[in-house]
Amino acid sequence: MAFTDKTRGMYSEIIAGLKDAGLYKQERFIHSSQAADIEVEYPEGAELKKVINICANNYLGLSSHPEVVKAAHDGLDSHGYGMSSVRFICGTQDIHRKLEQMVTEFLGTEDTILFPSCMDANAGVFEAILTKDDVMISDRLVHASIIDGIRLCSAMHDTFKHSDMAHLEEKLLLHGNKRLKVVITDGVFSMDGDTAKLDKIVELCEKYGALLFVDDSHSSGFIGKTGRGTHEHYGVMGKVDIITTTFGKGLGGASGGCVSGRKELVEMCRQKARPYLFSNTIAPPVVAGVIKVLEILSASTDRRDKLEKNTEFWRKGLIDAGFIIKDGDTPIVPVMLFNAKLAQDVSRDLYDEGIYAIGFFFPVVPQGQARIRTQISAGHEIHHLEKALEAFKKVGKKYDILGKTKQEIIEKYGM
Amino acid sequence: MEDMKQIIKDYVIKEYVEDDTELTYDSPLISGGIVDSFSMVSLKRFLENKYNISIPDDQATPEAFDSVNKICNLVNEFLK
Repeated sequence: MAFTDKTRGMYSEIIAGLKDAGLYKQERFIHSSQAADIEVEYPEGAELKKVINICANNYLGLSSHPEVVKAAHDGLDSHGYGMSSVRFICGTQDIHRKLEQMVTEFLGTEDTILFPSCMDANAGVFEAILTKDDVMISDRLVHASIIDGIRLCSAMHDTFKHSDMAHLEEKLLLHGNKRLKVVITDGVFSMDGDTAKLDKIVELCEKYGALLFVDDSHSSGFIGKTGRGTHEHYGVMGKVDIITTTFGKGLGGASGGCVSGRKELVEMCRQKARPYLFSNTIAPPVVAGVIKVLEILSASTDRRDKLEKNTEFWRKGLIDAGFIIKDGDTPIVPVMLFNAKLAQDVSRDLYDEGIYAIGFFFPVVPQGQARIRTQISAGHEIHHLEKALEAFKKVGKKYDILGKTKQEIIEKYGM
Repeated sequence: MEDMKQIIKDYVIKEYVEDDTELTYDSPLISGGIVDSFSMVSLKRFLENKYNISIPDDQATPEAFDSVNKICNLVNEFLK
């Protein structure tokens, strides 16, 4: 047996080290469907507690929508449970191609290819389309999955300071001699909730002949007037060469992702992207569910409009109460607490008040930038948000942070 | 040597430091999280252009780039 006591001890020590450093992740078991109101078992073995969920990526409240659930049931009946094959052998059904065509139309691109997840899309796309003669220039705050994809690619990699257009221009000049330059950014940044300045980035890409890649996972379905994403919001539809996005957040919340964009780039992924070639694609019932999601969102903007109103209500409520939040207008609303222990304590106390919201701290966010990240949903009703605000105010008062400046909070609790 | 240290330190501050972090010639750049190992490429290109040298990829390691002093030592190797 290779897994000796010594090996076991080595891993046990590493895990103990994670616990000591406050980096150990513990899951909470939800016994209900994903929704605004959920039932949670936490810690393990505890009695179920009814709480309001304000930390899901369920932006449009579609995760348990009856029409989506029914479509998934119907898809299960008509197309089965699984494919037992990768796409290019015998793993492609009519509904897979139908979903690709629907996504293309929804995002206003040329073509789309499905991946098992957006993590896989990001892991596979760069290696499929770039070589060592190219350069990837990424915003310093892009998602971890993009960083993994970049690591797997032989092209040179450089970064620009977060949303700093002057710095991006310097980098485009610096790498002017490369065969291809690709600017890489998130559409909405998941930790701060701010958006990439896509209008400015498109201008720079056109000026310096660079391709543009945008991960719109925290945007698709609700950012922009008709929810197409950050490219719609900034008036640059048709000018983003590669969009990756997920079906695991606003678009139903189950699983799956895609690369959508220039048809030749999509074709390169179909021929060369390893997570596409060597893994089953999205299961039939999930495909059927996402098709229904896109039908719902294409027929009406009611859900993204409601999300916008809920977000305004929530942001204003937190500011009026005296909390420091990150500027922006997306449904990702970070409540800044700066100190890691304070973020953990506030999260715990909110849970006791029936509000499920998680603290984020180093290394997920920079040192001294600890926060509670709240995420608003069209599935929330105003009464949910009012109750959550009352809980935030009560806990904020307990820790005496309401109306306090960043400096005052840091003086009281440290970085 | 002092000039080189100051030039490299100034570049690191301009390129990588986004808050009021104090930097010394011995501050750990990569292991201290000031310079993302991903972002080293621009530092390498800056050094190559500034000092008209070529640093092979296998020598442009996170360890060799971990402080202003270490970077100066590396650059001096190629200036010899």
